[in-house]
Amino acid sequence: MAERRTTLSGRSAVPTAPGLGGHVAAERPPALAEHFETLEQQHGVNALGMLVFLGSELMFFGMLFTVYTAYRLRYPEAFAMGSRHLDLALGGINTAVLIISTLMMALAEHSALRGERRWLPRYLALAILLGLLFLGIKGLEYYHHAQEQLLPGFAFSFSGPAAEQVQLFFLLYYAMTGLHAVHLTAGIGVACVMLALAWRGGLLGAEHWPLEMLGLYWNFVDIIWLFLFPLLYLVGRP
Amino acid sequence: MSVEDRNARGEPTTSPRTALVVCAALLILTGVSIAVAHLALGGWNALLTLLIAAVQAVLIGAFYMRIRYAHGLPRLVVVAALLWFAILLAGTLDDVLTRGWVPVLGK
Repeated sequence: MAERRTTLSGRSAVPTAPGLGGHVAAERPPALAEHFETLEQQHGVNALGMLVFLGSELMFFGMLFTVYTAYRLRYPEAFAMGSRHLDLALGGINTAVLIISTLMMALAEHSALRGERRWLPRYLALAILLGLLFLGIKGLEYYHHAQEQLLPGFAFSFSGPAAEQVQLFFLLYYAMTGLHAVHLTAGIGVACVMLALAWRGGLLGAEHWPLEMLGLYWNFVDIIWLFLFPLLYLVGRP
Repeated sequence: MSVEDRNARGEPTTSPRTALVVCAALLILTGVSIAVAHLALGGWNALLTLLIAAVQAVLIGAFYMRIRYAHGLPRLVVVAALLWFAILLAGTLDDVLTRGWVPVLGK
């Protein structure tokens, strides 16, 4: 197997005869697009493209992380006060829900690669359900904030010092969790398409690569949340 | 190791058992993070909870995303993304943290 462990590092993949003539073309695996020579090369390019996309996503979220850091260093007390108004229990449960959904995605990838047709849709469906549960709990939190008049710009009333700065914390809270929720929603949408494909017996074996790309994205969205959780929920707790 | 245990790029895949252990570690670390946040550590809480998040991110990256097997170009993309984020953060903070140090306009 050692010769198959080549990647995009410049070491060339296993050479094949150029795809000229009906005989050679017939031997090409169905999952192999015509502009690639081997499946390995095709998967390597797919993964590279996904990583470049996630790199740009990191800059997208990174801008919010940077603004958050700048203002938290400036108004530490107000950020602690704002954070204490968030529901740590719901936030903690949601973190666990997202972590377990990531496990389901990893198990789905593995069963797809193994060609386990019965298990793949189950793991995918569980990942989707856990993603929806996360969004539901997040929505419940937003609902509670609305009832407590913690909607910056629309209905914000905060009794105590530095109400303006606390409002700034909540503005960042909505922007960061909102952008994260949009990303998770997109992931769930793509996962539903994958579930439909898997239901009909697709995505197995050599055709599993779209699932692996979704897995990369799903994991990235999980990592973003794992940083949002301490930054938003765990400030000023002692 | 059987053929099925490698993906199309020839990388070993994460077994269900390893995935479960990583998931358990992630959940435990979240619990530790919540506990650390409640200790009276005089301002070190934030740094410690972020450090725990970084460990969780490394676990996910290494085992679920399998970045530990990435070589060459994919690895360069990961490093470049983190480096550019660090530049964004450092470039902003060197302004925000040093305002008022020198008597120039715009502080």
